[in-house]
Amino acid sequence: MARTIIPFGPQHPVLPEPVHLDLVVEDEVVVEARPSIGFIHRGLEKLVEKKDFQEFVYVAERVCGICSFIHGQTYCQAIEEIMQIPVPPRAHYLRTVWGELSRIHSHLLWLGLMADGVGFESLFMHSWRVRESVLKIIEATTGGRVIFGTCKVGGVRRDITADQFSEIRKQLDKIEKDTREITNVFLTDSSVKDRLVGVGVLSKQDAYDLGCVGPMLRASGVAQDTRKLGYAAFKDLAVEPITRSEGDSFARCAVRCDEIFQSIDLIRRAIDRMPEGEIAVKVTGNPNGEFMARTEQPRGEVVYHVQANGTKNLQRFRVRTPTFANLPAMVKTLQGCDLADVPVLVLTIDPCISCTER
Amino acid sequence: MSEPLIIEAIEVGALVDRVKQFRQDGYRLVQISATRLPEQVQVTYSFEREDRLANLRLHLPAAEAKLPSISGVFWCAFLYENELHDLFNIAVAGIAVDFHGKFYHTAVKFPFGTSTSPAPSPKTASPSPSPAAPTAKPTPATDPKPAAAAAS
Amino acid sequence: MAYFAMTKLALKWALSKPPTTRYPFEPRQVIEGSRGTLLFSRDTCVFCNICAKKCPTGALYVNRTAKKWGIDRLLCITCGYCVEACPKKSLSLGTDHARVTVTKDRELF
Repeated sequence: MARTIIPFGPQHPVLPEPVHLDLVVEDEVVVEARPSIGFIHRGLEKLVEKKDFQEFVYVAERVCGICSFIHGQTYCQAIEEIMQIPVPPRAHYLRTVWGELSRIHSHLLWLGLMADGVGFESLFMHSWRVRESVLKIIEATTGGRVIFGTCKVGGVRRDITADQFSEIRKQLDKIEKDTREITNVFLTDSSVKDRLVGVGVLSKQDAYDLGCVGPMLRASGVAQDTRKLGYAAFKDLAVEPITRSEGDSFARCAVRCDEIFQSIDLIRRAIDRMPEGEIAVKVTGNPNGEFMARTEQPRGEVVYHVQANGTKNLQRFRVRTPTFANLPAMVKTLQGCDLADVPVLVLTIDPCISCTER
Repeated sequence: MSEPLIIEAIEVGALVDRVKQFRQDGYRLVQISATRLPEQVQVTYSFEREDRLANLRLHLPAAEAKLPSISGVFWCAFLYENELHDLFNIAVAGIAVDFHGKFYHTAVKFPFGTSTSPAPSPKTASPSPSPAAPTAKPTPATDPKPAAAAAS
Repeated sequence: MAYFAMTKLALKWALSKPPTTRYPFEPRQVIEGSRGTLLFSRDTCVFCNICAKKCPTGALYVNRTAKKWGIDRLLCITCGYCVEACPKKSLSLGTDHARVTVTKDRELF
């Protein structure tokens, strides 16, 4: 049978991120997929040589636009562990609230993109309509819609007042109600199920060996969630990883839908237990040492390997983002799939190529 | 998150066997990262099982940085090894999916320094519009960083 | 398995007001605390240069002898670091979006 090579990306109406795939197809069945990334490599890791470690929080936040707050938080956590800075508990709780808001908005964004990927435009618009309410909360408390700019080494820069908390609670009730309507369509509608069930099945062993993280791993049955490590306020708020066992795209969609509700619940519990006190401590001196900070981003586990040598510029700053770990799984599942399933498979890992390439 | 890092120093020859042992014990590969030190390149492999990290660290001479690939044991390592090659000019032999230097498109080849010349100094390495900018700069590495950073 | 599970949602929104604002015919909803543009008041500034040193992107320019203060609007990320650092409280963040600029020069005060 004759083989055709179809170039897919980096610009394509259905592709959410600039990744290039050379799809080798035989009569609409993809035999092999050769990935190619590197279109938006900005060289952020080399910027440590120019910016001092406190200013670098701004660069770390801008590694990604969707998961930006947790990048900043992980960087601050790494530096705080190296310098043994005692961050006040209120700052930990505030970071947790913003981190979970970030997770809700990222998952709603992904739900919209997945609906768009299967052609369900109106569901895409409704998901992003609900996401707007989350972005309004974030803008009112931090000042920015996607780049929050509130994390700093030693704590946070802004506080949330009690009035704002009660407003957040009211909005969360409304967001929860709206999200239930949308996830009901995702999880029960026959046209969505036809596109997602059985597509891109990853067995439990495969997902673990391929180094998957986040919802990719949890939807195949492995209960791994970096929030169990107990960073920030998670030592007081226990998180139970949400898992499914089927390992196909529908299971991943269901895991992400359930995680939205888990995050709403976590925010409510964090607001209930919010301690009083300061929001930051003063930081003096330079870091010296190394640490690997790990947190749970919406897409999975992110690892920040920071090495410092006593000067105000860090020696090495290395980010291993979750999409970097999920890419081999994408390449593996693309072998043997139908051509029409390619956008679903690319979207199911929740790609964030700007994170991957920094 | 306050557990100290467990770093095991290892030689290049023993790398693949140790990684196979990690695979048999049920660890998963978390990341591979590299740091350029004066006269050396330091490569760190991280593995994890049940929320505990275990790290391997090896030092390669800057003159001839060569590594065997572990993508035979962990297939997903091919991405990290391509990145090691493209940014640090470490020759990794036998990568499962090899991009031959075309993984990242950078204006300056090997931005973190080649094995024969130190990293380009920060002032000159910032945005160079022509892609034909030479890699080997005659100025010595302006990093006055002691090798004490290797010990955590 | 439900068929046409979207019907209820679609009908509800087809029969109600659109959630979007008909900007520019209706005013934009301004959110308090949003970081829009940097505002500078020249009366209180003493040209001490602290804001320019703290700026992470290097967008500020202060000339003490000539008593000039300038900002490169395209480099400013409205982080607010300079607002916190200014000892005379001459800087603040307003909620309007940044104005459109057609040149890459600094805006001098």
